[in-house]
Amino acid sequence: MNAIVVSDLTRRFGQFVAVDHLTFDVRQGEIFGFLGSNGAGKSTTIRMLCGLLKPTSGTASVGGVDVSRDPEGVKRRIGYMSQRFSLYERLTVDQNIRFFGGIYGLDKARLDRRRRFVLEMAGLEGRERTRASDLAGGWRQRLALGCAILHEPPIVFLDEPTGGVDPLSRRRFWNLIDQLSASGVTVLVTTHYLDEAEHCHRIAIIHAGRLAALGSTDELKHMFAGRSIVEIHASNPVEAMRLLDGMPEVEKTSVFGTAVHAVLRTDRTISTDALTSRLADAGVPVSGIGPVQPSLEDVFLEVAERA
Amino acid sequence: MRKAIAVAHKEFRQIARDRRTLMILLFVPAFFLMLYGYALNWDIRHVRLAVEDQDHTPESRSIVSAFVNSGYFDLVASVDDTRIAALMNTNEVRAVLVVPSGFGRRLRTGARAPMQVLVNGDNANTATTVVGYALTILQSESAHYQRGPWAPLLSVQPRVWYNAELRSTLFLVPGLIAYIAMITAVVSTALSIVREKERGTMEQVRMAPLGAPAFVVGKTIPYFLISLASAIGIILVAMVLFGVPMRGSWWLLLLALSLFLVGALGLGLLISSVSDNQQVAFQLAMLASFLPTLMLSGFIFPISSMPAFLRAVTYAVPARYFLIALRAIVLKGAGAQAFWQDLVALAIFAVAVLVLASVRLRKEWA
Repeated sequence: MNAIVVSDLTRRFGQFVAVDHLTFDVRQGEIFGFLGSNGAGKSTTIRMLCGLLKPTSGTASVGGVDVSRDPEGVKRRIGYMSQRFSLYERLTVDQNIRFFGGIYGLDKARLDRRRRFVLEMAGLEGRERTRASDLAGGWRQRLALGCAILHEPPIVFLDEPTGGVDPLSRRRFWNLIDQLSASGVTVLVTTHYLDEAEHCHRIAIIHAGRLAALGSTDELKHMFAGRSIVEIHASNPVEAMRLLDGMPEVEKTSVFGTAVHAVLRTDRTISTDALTSRLADAGVPVSGIGPVQPSLEDVFLEVAERA
Repeated sequence: MRKAIAVAHKEFRQIARDRRTLMILLFVPAFFLMLYGYALNWDIRHVRLAVEDQDHTPESRSIVSAFVNSGYFDLVASVDDTRIAALMNTNEVRAVLVVPSGFGRRLRTGARAPMQVLVNGDNANTATTVVGYALTILQSESAHYQRGPWAPLLSVQPRVWYNAELRSTLFLVPGLIAYIAMITAVVSTALSIVREKERGTMEQVRMAPLGAPAFVVGKTIPYFLISLASAIGIILVAMVLFGVPMRGSWWLLLLALSLFLVGALGLGLLISSVSDNQQVAFQLAMLASFLPTLMLSGFIFPISSMPAFLRAVTYAVPARYFLIALRAIVLKGAGAQAFWQDLVALAIFAVAVLVLASVRLRKEWA
């Protein structure tokens, strides 16, 4: 069963088309990643799916509820958390939980039960009386997630939920997301971090408001099928890139940290040794070279360039 | 309704955490009333008076002592003609009483006895009042010397109701109460929604199945209770320090005050819902509360003497209705039948701004 069904969803702001005929489904219990550069239309899409923004055209149903017809019904079925971890800074952990429980209309017994769950999940037991403003990023993030799922929504939207949080907290957060998904909760998450995208069951890459690619990470990496990628470490990567771009066997290059990735053409082959000597002849000594598996970043750049 | 209470509860806690704001809301209004109450006073006492008595008769002395005993004038100098200008120029005296020689003799023979009062006119308001005092004293003095057939046929005995001494305080302080309560109520709520927009908590709240009316009602409740406490505080200060009487019913006063405050809070929330940041909200709040309440409510300037256009505008100023009710209750001890229309107008204003704020928020939320 599909938790989210999106069909030809479009949103215009004046002349600007922020979301352009988006169509995809999200299965129940799936972690669905939304990948795209800033301004690609991720947040606009989420806002429409949450019932905050009316679509210009097209339809979307979330938990079986049409977002244009019954936005309030959608709100009852979803949890939402954004990168701002919007908590009330002046209130304590406990007061924040009680407030959000209150506006979701939880009765006392349920609120008590969920409160204990959230405190345990976020690792905030014993810190109920700490002010939200005094919490470190990771705890704030988990508290915000807890407040967003107090009412046990079957579908959760996370809009760049890991911004400004240390790697350890990020890992812990993703473990929580995995647990949610395992318990049947559908998670739609947007992120900039490509390593995080690897946690997702499926990924949609959005570019300029359009769906540029959709599939599991393996499926997406298959877009590179038949072509190989060579990673080159050179003392002068900029010059190496310029030289590689000039070679007929190289389709394109990109910078990966201190290394250069060269995507080789399928119709022309060249050995790594030949590449090394050619670069050395041109005055760029190579300190390391070898074939690599395409990463999501390769896919993302490929998709972004093609679109 | 439970959701509205959750919002109210949270808002209360937030205000309680913010001690400084709470203190400002509760006590600054009473402090303002004291400041304004003492400064804003049109009554004139202790006018420094010089006397140039060229007559030196029992009659001339009797006139001078009538001035001094009136309580309005302090005799600071007895002078001759040459020094008057110098004293007036330096403001050492504000009025001079000149009794010409022959004054006593003329009075005794029943002839007209002219005398002169010089008043410093650099402040027209003060001068008018001083002239008024002087004329009143002279009129009652001259009555002593009128006998027999010349006694006036018509005798006017003015009595001013509700404020026998014509103390301007009794007129101004109710206005000040409305003015200060209005500004605090509007400004405090004007910041409350826009602050949530700025901090991003609004977005989180919008994601909840919480209707705009429940949010607006939840926001109103705590500010209502606080501003009510603060307004009662300033009314008590007005009674203790400025001798404002309480001639009517406390329940009626509470009703009028509540309606007025809910309207003011609703106006603040409306401003908050249309503003994008706290600066804009603050300026709009001052603009919407400060000027209309000061100029267009009948606080200082009578509405009946305004041009028709401005008179029409005053119908949208809630302080206008509240002032009528407040003055009627505390000064006149009038019952609700005297000002029920004004209470209805306050209620209409309150409902209208709250509905507008909800509609405006819902539009923004959807």
